[in-house]
Amino acid sequence: MTHAAATVDQMQPPFPAERGLDVYNKKLGMWVFLASEVMFFAALIGTYVILRFGATGEWAKPGIVLNIKITAFNTFLLICSSVSMVKAYAAIQDGDPKKMRFWLLMTILGGATFVGIQVYEYIHLVEHGFVPSGVREGSELAALVANGTLPAATMGLYGSTFFTMTGFHGFHVTCGVISMAYLYFTKALPGKYSKQDYGGIETVGLYWHFVDLVWIILFTIVYLI
Amino acid sequence: MTSVAATAHGAHAHHDDRSFVQKYIFSTDHKIIGIQFLFVSLFFLLVGGLLAMQMRWQLGFPGKPMPGGGVLPETMAPGGVILPEYYIQLVTMHGTFMVFFAIMPLLVGVFANFLIPLKIGTHDMAFPRINMWSFWTFFIGGLVMLSSLFVPDGAARAGWTMYAPLSARHDYSGASLGQELWSVSIIFVGLSSILGSLNYITTIINNRAPGMTWFRMPLSVWSLFITAILGLLALPVLSGAAIMLLFDQIIGTHFFDPAAGGQALLWQHLFWFFGHPEVYILILPAMGMVSDIIANGSRKPIFGYHSMVFAIVAIAFLGWIVWGHHMFVSGMNPTLGSSFMVSTLVIAVPSAVKTFNWMGTMWRGNLRFHVPMLHAVAFVAMFVIGGLSGIFMAATPVDMFIHDTYFIVAHLHYVLFGGSLFALFGAITYWYPKMFGRMMSEPWGKVHFWLTFLFYNCTFFPMHITGMAGEMRRLYDPNQYTFLQPLQPIRVFISISAFLLFATQVIFFVNFWWSLWKGKQAPQNPWEDNGLEWSLPSPAPHGNWEKVPTVYRGPYEFSSPQSTEDYLPQYKKLPTDREPARAPVAGH
Repeated sequence: MTHAAATVDQMQPPFPAERGLDVYNKKLGMWVFLASEVMFFAALIGTYVILRFGATGEWAKPGIVLNIKITAFNTFLLICSSVSMVKAYAAIQDGDPKKMRFWLLMTILGGATFVGIQVYEYIHLVEHGFVPSGVREGSELAALVANGTLPAATMGLYGSTFFTMTGFHGFHVTCGVISMAYLYFTKALPGKYSKQDYGGIETVGLYWHFVDLVWIILFTIVYLI
Repeated sequence: MTSVAATAHGAHAHHDDRSFVQKYIFSTDHKIIGIQFLFVSLFFLLVGGLLAMQMRWQLGFPGKPMPGGGVLPETMAPGGVILPEYYIQLVTMHGTFMVFFAIMPLLVGVFANFLIPLKIGTHDMAFPRINMWSFWTFFIGGLVMLSSLFVPDGAARAGWTMYAPLSARHDYSGASLGQELWSVSIIFVGLSSILGSLNYITTIINNRAPGMTWFRMPLSVWSLFITAILGLLALPVLSGAAIMLLFDQIIGTHFFDPAAGGQALLWQHLFWFFGHPEVYILILPAMGMVSDIIANGSRKPIFGYHSMVFAIVAIAFLGWIVWGHHMFVSGMNPTLGSSFMVSTLVIAVPSAVKTFNWMGTMWRGNLRFHVPMLHAVAFVAMFVIGGLSGIFMAATPVDMFIHDTYFIVAHLHYVLFGGSLFALFGAITYWYPKMFGRMMSEPWGKVHFWLTFLFYNCTFFPMHITGMAGEMRRLYDPNQYTFLQPLQPIRVFISISAFLLFATQVIFFVNFWWSLWKGKQAPQNPWEDNGLEWSLPSPAPHGNWEKVPTVYRGPYEFSSPQSTEDYLPQYKKLPTDREPARAPVAGH
């Protein structure tokens, strides 16, 4: 930790100030922002919990509508991208911008692939008749509802909550990929990050781990239970 | 580290080579952003007021053509007579504009932006560009909301609380695009508040001037800090709820539609989980600024500074666990209701601490009733009335009777108008010289104050009586009920008072605009106050200080025996003062 403390001084505001937290502004700002993100996802996930467990009918069993295998792979991919984010951060802390660039690029690719697979999943689901309002008339899933495999009463809520929660998570991943790509081209490639100044990498990393964590929760409650 | 670099650049205060657009439109200067918020939200205050006047016309003179109402289209007011469909839009949009686009941005957008860096002694916000985006997302949200008044089906119609399923189903409300624009606009407002709040919190934690310890911060900064935490955590819940509402409206989800398994009550829980912290967002900054002004006007240190801080924190914390008191008649479990009742009543304790501290501050003070002080004292008095009527409604058995009557309308206007807006008139007058370098007219300020105070009470106090008599809020024409017909003379009285109240605000607007160009040149410290902002010239320059001041004491050292004047600024070094204990970090 002595290493971290040494660099924190380099990231202090360039004017005298009363001692606040020993965290530079960008990082503190990101933590504060993530607190508000927690509340945002709490509203969406809380809604899901209330609607699902307060519903009068049964909820669709996992694995019928959603393809768990491909999303499990996607989850694995996102966790890997968190690891590569840490590798990028560790590399620049050690003063190795080349290695940092490589791992940052890997993280960007991992995130972009995640979004790609999610888009593919959405297209697939809509084709099969799973839409935000529930099940489309005359579709493959409508037949399953008709023969009782899927509960008719709660499919509307299932669609509403599924698309809203995963959609907003996907939106956050997309924002993360765009920010990382921006940092990659404007900061990392021109070599602006160094052992002394890596605030952007650390800050975007915090965001990335948060998005990853949210996905682990979503995957569990939406796909697995 | 671009944002820090931008802040550092701000330090070169006096050679300012920015273009007009950079300086006044896409500005990253916290003072300009505060002033942008001021102009825009004063405009929305006017819009909200005009909507209220139309409501008062209908209530005072139902069925009669409104003067000037001929300009409204047939779908709203044929021949100037307000239609029920238009009346409910007026109710909805008056509440929405006043809460989200007038009071909240006036308190937080204007004064958090303007005051925080000036009062804690730093060059700008921690993230000036994010701060700029906070203003522009608010502005877009405001434009969207304003435009919803002009769409074919009319504006949103479900009341400012947007209760589902009325708001979620277009076939119920009869409005489609207007409802959707409301949701979109609120999402923008949420984003704006979150961006602002994270800025305020970071700036206050990390960028205070040397010597500005936590307990040397003025109460205005304390209250804005706590308010920022509330905004940071409450607004994302509203945004999430508004997003779900929007999806219900446009892509056919069923979150709030019981016909398809959704839960209408869920909206109320989400809305009030945001909504009650929001109530404190709308009053805490006013309390903080009033504390500053009352100490100044009494020429005495604020009574019980620490208890004031802890009362702010206590109110903010309790604000999270009381939302159910808005829902006593929603069919909620009565046992749960009584826990909400108890937690709500507990809020009276820190509120009373603050009230008695204000009175303790004034007690045997060397009172100076300048215009801001008059408004601040009115704030305390009106807040007491509004607070006491709040206790009526916090008690479930009483609330069952007065819920959704004019009693609640009286209560919320006593805290929002009598409280927040009086504090705002005071605060605008108080910091106007630091914003624009000129003083507002003192005599006209006093005329405005006394007339506002009079007509305000004539408008809102009788509402307690009609509410107790059973008059429901949001009612198009109360005369449809026989038992409400005898109250018509009171309604006429309220309406005439409201028109006079509105007319009185012309004095404020003229005073405000006239003083911008013709007001008396402001001295550096017109109110003889202790805050760091008064060490700057009026108006404060870009980047504030060349070198940030050092702070030696708390902000309320009035009538100190250590000073020959009756005030002792925070930045003034006496021979007995030591430099702050921790050595400041060396500059780059």
